[in-house]
Parts: sequence; C-alpha cells; structure tokens
Amino acid sequence: MILVVDMNWKKDSLAYTEFVSPILRVIEPLEACRVRHFLELEPSELDRYSHVILSGTTLKDFSFLNHLERFQWLKSFGKPVLGICAGMQTIIQVYGEPLTACPQVGMTEITTLKENALFSGTFQAYALHTYSAKPNNQAFDAIAESSHCIQAIKHKTKPIYGVLFHPEVRNQDILQRFLRL
Amino acid sequence: MRLGVLFSGGKDSTHALHLAAQKEEVACLITVISKNKESFMFHTPNIDVTAFQAQALGLPLVSVQTEGKKEEELADLERAIAEAKSKHQIEGVVTGAVESVYQASRVQRICSKLDLWQFNPLWKTDQKALLQTLLQQQFHVIISGVFAYPLDEKWLGKKIDSQMIAQLVELQGKYGISPSGEGGEIETTVLDAPMFKQRIEVTDSAVEWKGDSGVYVIKQARLVPK
Repeated sequence: MILVVDMNWKKDSLAYTEFVSPILRVIEPLEACRVRHFLELEPSELDRYSHVILSGTTLKDFSFLNHLERFQWLKSFGKPVLGICAGMQTIIQVYGEPLTACPQVGMTEITTLKENALFSGTFQAYALHTYSAKPNNQAFDAIAESSHCIQAIKHKTKPIYGVLFHPEVRNQDILQRFLRL
Repeated sequence: MRLGVLFSGGKDSTHALHLAAQKEEVACLITVISKNKESFMFHTPNIDVTAFQAQALGLPLVSVQTEGKKEEELADLERAIAEAKSKHQIEGVVTGAVESVYQASRVQRICSKLDLWQFNPLWKTDQKALLQTLLQQQFHVIISGVFAYPLDEKWLGKKIDSQMIAQLVELQGKYGISPSGEGGEIETTVLDAPMFKQRIEVTDSAVEWKGDSGVYVIKQARLVPK
C-alpha cells in the first residue's frame, strides 16, 4: 500500500485535484494507495505503507512549514519516501537544512549530478516553486540541478528522495521507478 | 478565499468555475477578449457570449480587450487580473487549464507578481472523463469552433452528447485528436450548467467556414428561465 500525503493547506482543498490527483492517476493503476492529509496522518499508521509520497502545493501555500512537528517521523522512517516540491522542502527542513529562495515557474532543463534509481541524464521537467535547498550537512546529496538551483536530493543512506520539479506533470516514469524501490 | 475565474465561456473554464464554487467563494469572472483569432492564450469564438453567461450565473464580469499579439496579450491579462483584484478583492485566480504548461505557467507568473493564489482544478484530468462528467452534471455544451481534420462544418453548433464523445474518442485513436480539444482542435461554448440561474437560447447564428476550419457564430441570444 502506497501512502500519498496531501500537503495542501487544508483537507479536501481546491488544490487537491491539481497536486494530489495527478499523482494518483500514475500510481493507482500499479499499486493500491491511500491519501491522508498531513494534519490527520499519525506516525503509528506508517507501518501499513510500503512507500510514501509527499505531494506539492500551490505556489503561495507554505502552511506545511508551520507544522514540521507533524513530519518528525521522516528522521526514523526506513522505507522509500519521495517528496515533491513542498514535500522536498519539508524533508530538507526536518533534517535541519535551510531553504534558499529560488522562484521558478515553467518547463526547465534538469541535469543529473549523481547516479540514482529515479532518473538519469538531462531532461525537461515542470517547475513550480519558490524555494530550493543546498544540502550542506552529512545527510543528503544533491542529485540533480537546473540552471537556477538544486532540483533533487537523496539521503546518503536511506531511500529518501526529494524532487523540486513536478514529475506527475511531464515525468511520470520517475513515479513509476520510485514504486519499484 | 475570494476567487476570480479566468473565463472564456467554454467547457473547461465553466467546469473549473463549478469546481471552485464548491470549495471557495467565486467573486467574479475575468475575460480577455482577443482580436486575434489564433491567440495562443485565449479562446476566441463567441467570447462576447461571456456577458450573457455572467448574467446567467449572477456573477460580475471583468472584461478587457487585447490585440492578441503573442506576449503583449499577457500584459492585457495582467491588467484584467489586477482590475479584478482591486474591484472584487480577489485573493486568487482559477483557470481551466488541463494540459497546457504554456497557459498555466503564464497565468501563474502573473498571479505571483500580483501576490495572488492560483488554481487549476482540472489539471492533468483524463479528457474523456472530463467530457463525461460534464454530461452527467447536465452541462449544455456546443461545439463553437473546429480547427483540425477530419472535423468539418457538420460538427459546428452541435451539442456534446454521449454519441459525440464516442466519436471524438474514435478520432483520437485514428488521427490523434484530443477528445476535449486540448490541442486547440475544438472550441466550445456553454449554454447551460448547474450554476446557471437562467439558460442561454441561441436565436440567430451562422457557420463561417474557411479552408479546413470554421466557427459557429452566435449572432443573437437571450436568457430564458430554467
């Protein structure tokens, strides 16, 4: 069972069909999945899931950053996690890394920096973000970048990934590969 | 949250309006009337009908004109959204974008500049499912423009029904036409929808056909009780 965490500012918001439903359209034909809003997710239920995907949010929605205590489970969780945009920003913040301003909207070229299980080479992807991150502690590697900023990270020892771009828009194969981890 | 809906009067923006109104408060419709019939950004056939539609919906309409030159029309869109923000105190903008990164990212940049939220509630939705939802919810949608072979003048002015959806899906398989017209193959006009307090009745119309494309022009219409 795959867990998709709705990162939008409230449950059942107008942004759900834009940021959660497109992820479900890619993964539901492959695996059973369940959606939980981040404010209702309890760490005790995480054992039920094989993979966790944290969705993106609209550009003006930073509500998730005011609730980082809800995501402390990320530090001890050992199964695959993929944070998309807001999801990546959350992972970075939970691990004590700062966010850096880097607004970007539209298609952008992504260059892989480090071999990984999700993507390779250079490809086009849809960016919609205000902040990125520059991992500077021992926990994460930057695994992809655009001309503007770091676009993807991976935990050095755990299967925890973050992508700033939105793979559900033009790079659905990345979500499919994530499910194979 | 008070929202303005970027409204062309076609099926996608009307559908987006319908979804937005279920979750938040829709304060106004925003329409850009382009003089360029081949505008990259804005739906053009029967755009003047948006005034009737706004009246049928009981919503104020912010409408601006543009010459429709490729990037200049974005300045006109920004002007329209800024006017909606100051007149109707909107906090966000809704579009009917389904697949077009071109449209969605340009509206998003304007909203960011004006410090507004932006929503695309139909984003990445399956096109056949979108058409079926409209039928189930009793939207009355007609074809107001066709711009791709083998669509011809026989399609113009026709109501979208289950038979038409089946034909469009078949054409997708044969010719790669997007069933919901996402690639600009089809333009539509909505004459009635669940939120309409009155429906629109076309009393005079004409088909204009040129080369391999054409439009159904609504010359006169009136609002009638539902």
